[in-house]
This record gives sequence, C-alpha cells and structure tokens, in this order.
Amino acid sequence: MHRRGVGAGAIAKKKLAEAKYKERGTVMAEDQLAQMSKQLEMFKTHLEEFASKHKQEIRKSSEFRVQFQDMCATIGVDPLASGKGFWSEMLGVGDFYYELGVQIIEVCLALKHRNGGLITLDELHQRVLKGRGKFAQDVSQDDLIRAIKKLKSLGNGFSIIPMGGGYLVQSVPAELNMDHTVVLQIAEKNGYVTVSEIKSSLKWDAERTKQVLEHLLKEGLAWIDKQAPEEPQYWLPALFSDLYSQDVTPEEADASLP
Amino acid sequence: MDRFVWASGLLEINETLVIQQRGVRLYDGDDKTKFDLGTVLLSTHRLLWRDHKKHDCCIALPLSQIIFFEEQAAGIGKSAKIVVHLQPVTPNKEPGPYQSSKYSYIKLSFKEHGQIEFYRRLSEELSQKRWERISVSQPMQSPSRSQAGKVKAVGIVGIERKLEEKRKETDKNISEAFEDLSQLMKKAKEMVDLSKLIANKIKDKQGDISEDETIRFKSYLLSMGIANPVTRETHGSGTHYHMQLAKQLMEMLQVPVEEQGGMMALTEVYCLTNRARGMELLSPEDLVNACKMFEALNLPMRLRIFDSGVMVVQLQSHSEDEMIASAVETVSEKGFVSSEEYAKLVGISVLLAKERLLLAEKVGHLCRDDSVESLRFYPNLFLTQD
Repeated sequence: MHRRGVGAGAIAKKKLAEAKYKERGTVMAEDQLAQMSKQLEMFKTHLEEFASKHKQEIRKSSEFRVQFQDMCATIGVDPLASGKGFWSEMLGVGDFYYELGVQIIEVCLALKHRNGGLITLDELHQRVLKGRGKFAQDVSQDDLIRAIKKLKSLGNGFSIIPMGGGYLVQSVPAELNMDHTVVLQIAEKNGYVTVSEIKSSLKWDAERTKQVLEHLLKEGLAWIDKQAPEEPQYWLPALFSDLYSQDVTPEEADASLP
Repeated sequence: MDRFVWASGLLEINETLVIQQRGVRLYDGDDKTKFDLGTVLLSTHRLLWRDHKKHDCCIALPLSQIIFFEEQAAGIGKSAKIVVHLQPVTPNKEPGPYQSSKYSYIKLSFKEHGQIEFYRRLSEELSQKRWERISVSQPMQSPSRSQAGKVKAVGIVGIERKLEEKRKETDKNISEAFEDLSQLMKKAKEMVDLSKLIANKIKDKQGDISEDETIRFKSYLLSMGIANPVTRETHGSGTHYHMQLAKQLMEMLQVPVEEQGGMMALTEVYCLTNRARGMELLSPEDLVNACKMFEALNLPMRLRIFDSGVMVVQLQSHSEDEMIASAVETVSEKGFVSSEEYAKLVGISVLLAKERLLLAEKVGHLCRDDSVESLRFYPNLFLTQD
C-alpha cells in the first residue's frame, strides 16, 4: 500500500538530506581527527618532559616498569605494540623489551635440543642475565613475562604455564593440556615422575597415564630411563636443577651418543 | 632466629599493618628452620611470621632490631630471599622459639614471590621509623644496646646510615616519578577516550570515511599504542610505517631466506632484523603487520601461517608443488625420514622441515608412522601402488 506524499520529489529531497547529513558527519569526523592530531602533539610534549626526568628510572627500576605497564594496561594502552609508538621512541621501553625478546628466543633455541622447548622461568632468567653480561640493565621475571607475551604474536608457540612454585615457558607449538601440566607439576619435585606416582597421586588409570607420558616423550619434553631400579622414570630436562644438569652443546651430545 | 619472641599475632593499638605476604619460609642464618610455610607480616612496629596451618604459631620481632637488609636473588630451584641483619639479642627479651643462634641474620624466603613489594615497604618503614613516634598500648621491647654489643655496632651504624640515605634518595626519586607517571597516564587516558569516539564514528559511517583519513587515524593509534577498534581490512593494520617496513624487510631478507631454502620462521626473522638494527628495534607486532603488507605491495614474499600456528615468510619464487615434490623424492630415496633427519638433509631448521613434511602429508603424498621413538614419514604407497 503506497503511503501518500511519496513521490519522486520526496525521494529526491530525502536523498539530498542524507547527502548533507553525511557531509556534515564527515566534517565532524575530520574535525575530531584534527583535534586528535593536536592533542597528540601536546601529549608528545608531556611525554618528552616525563622522559627527560624519568627515563633512567624506567631503565633501572623493574618495579617502576611494573607500575608503568600496569597503568598503561588499565587505561587501554599497549606501550610495546610498536617500535614506532611514542612510548617506545621517547621512553625507550620498546628497545628494552624487544631486545629481551631476541635474547629469550636465542636461549630457548639453544636449549631446545635438550629440553624439547620447555624451560622454567627461573632458568630462563638466569641464562638471559648471564648472556647480558655484568654491565647490562637488570631484568626481572616480570620483564621476561611481558617480553614473552609480546613474542606470542610471532606465532611460534610461546606460552607461559603456571606451576606450583613458578612458571614454565614453552617455546614450541607442542600442545600441552591440563593433564600434561599437572604431570609436570608432580615431576617438579624430583625432576622425574613414574607411572605409580601418577596413579597414586592423581588416581588416573593406566591408559590415561600412558597417553600423557607418551605425548611428553614424543614432543621431546621427557626422556625415559628404563634402567631405573623399580620402574621406568620419566625425566623432564626442563625441570633439571643445577645438581643434575651440565651444559653440553648439540655437537658434544651427538658425539657422545652411540 | 633468637631475636624472635612468641606473639599472639594480634596487632597492638596504634600498630598498623603495612603489608603481608604468604608463602614465606624463615631461615636462621643459612639454615632452614621449622618455620617452613607461613605468612610474613610487616607492621609499623614489628615483623611477624605466622604459620599457614597453625595460626596460633606466631612469632614477632621489633623493627628496631633490624640493622639493614638486602635482597638475595632467586636461583634455579631457589626462591628469592630477603636477608635481614639484626642487632644482638637484648638480655631481657621475652621467650621465643630459639634460645640462641650462631647467626646475626635471618632470611625470608619468598616461595610465592612478593619480595619486591615487601622489600619496598620494609625500606619505607625502616626509613620512617614510625615505631619511634607512635606508642602502642603494650610497651614494645626497645633494645638497649649492651656494652658488649656497642663496640660491634659502631661500624655497622655507619653502613646503616649510608644505606638509609641512599634508600631515602631512591625513594624520593621513585615517589616523584610515580607522581609524574600518574599525571601522564591521566593525559594518555584522554587520548584513549577520544580515539574511541572517533572509532565509533567511523564504524557508524562505514564507507564514508576516506582512505587517507583512515590511514591517518591508524597511525595516531599506532603512536599511542591503542588497539585498532575498527576492523576494516583494506590494509590490515597497515600504516605508511608498515608499508615502508615491508619494503625494508624485503631488501634485507631476500638473500638469507633464499639460502634457507625459501622459507624462514618469523622468530628467526625477528632476531635477524633486530640484531641488524641494533637500536630502534621492531616490536613483534610491527614485524607481523609489515609482513602482512607484502601482498598488497606486490613484493615477492608472503607471510604464511601453518595449521600448527607457526608463522613463516616465504619467497614467492618458491612453488609449493616443487617443495612437496622434492620432499617426496627425498623421502622415497631414503625409505623414510623423521623431521630431524630431513632437516639435516636439506639444511633447514627442524621446525620448517616438519612443516614441509606435514604439507606433503596433507596432500596425500606422504604417510606418517607415529611412535614413541619418533614421527616418521613414508611415501604414500596407498596412492602409488595398488
């Protein structure tokens, strides 16, 4: 049923009104962009001032960095999103974390042949500090965690797994579900775990236990010791402490194997 | 540990709790004590420790007994600790858990972390010394330095004073910095709010905002580190910056990627690029966003994401079919290969070797044999024979 008053003229008028509205709308957005541009310049000045007074603080104090990051997160800003961001350019936060990212990748790559791509945050921390040398800025575990979170964008399976006493860092895209994680937690105590231990503390059946342990073996995260006195022991190199481990290069390892 | 006295765990009137932290173990000097897992509490007047399970097991020590303290960094399998050096025991001290100790320091081991904040608060309390000004309902043990202890204490007092001055100076700088930081964040918040307004406008008027303006807006967001709320995929999250970057990367990466067989994992690209730059490094997101622009800029490289989530850059000259064919050929020659073996044969990383074999498997040219010993790939005889 046609409504009265609707004709070519009315349609044309409506179109004109719409066009004018859009135009005004565009102008409004442009205005706001111009405003944002101005405010951005002002903000940049404030940031420069802040940087001139406190840039050192960020470099030296890991606590300050934590505060800084938390505040940014609260207001919805990611200071590490881009090296081209103001935060990175003026405060130098970017370079600090991006370089840390490189060091983390290198440590993980170097040890992958041994621990399958799984390492405790403590060990990662130690090795990164060693690699940085005596005169480099101090790096806290919080710094590492933030750098790792950024590395996730590179798609190579970086993730952080909470464990009883700390964290595990995974640097390969192996799938680890809750079952695997809980077995890792049991293994934390001695660096290894046995089938009976799993069965008694988790009350799992043989099939489930077998699946989980086999997966860890396949992914290279666990090694099996079939010569252990009572039953095979599944060792996790990622959890080895100073007591058990010794640094061996891949070449040395290959040479010593039959 | 002989400086501690048994306590009820209740705070006195005018004594205020400053901070507490769970998961702390106490050490007498270097020796572990039976005070294995508890909560350490810092008040304006005392340092207390209470057992997690047995709440009536609580010990305390006056802050005035602390000479100075320091951090002991965490190690592999060892938690971070705070080492607290104490004055000699006072003769008329109330009964406590230890009659005597050969050490003049204790350690707090933070098994559930929290040492940073605790350290900071302890510094504050020890520099402010509120216990001297605020008297509590029950008289606190104010240690009077015995004659014997005095000689030893003199040298320590000098160190103590210097450390305190340094702490005060640092604290002052930090508080000023925090103050300035809060102000800065307020202004940053204004920027975030404004960008949300604009983003909503753009969303409402899909197609009416010019390309130029969109790009301008995106670059503003990039500068501030604000996530792009508008998901228009004309350039991905591309800005002029990313386009420039893409071209730079192309130049830098062409040779290394070719040498690696036409493909390189993004983590490797990240390290390569940033090591080469030295400063003004790229963020991981910068790298990914730049790689996403290869196609739009008609550059002979592509960002590729495998099913496993692994991301690589791949040279266009690199035909997929060729890769698969050569993989199948190699596997057929050898009978079977594992990812590690294939990696060595071809001279690429194990990660990429695995992806290549998986690709060949996906199109049906290879079969897998998955055992605990290894994952092996065989030519798919179901396909070729019958």
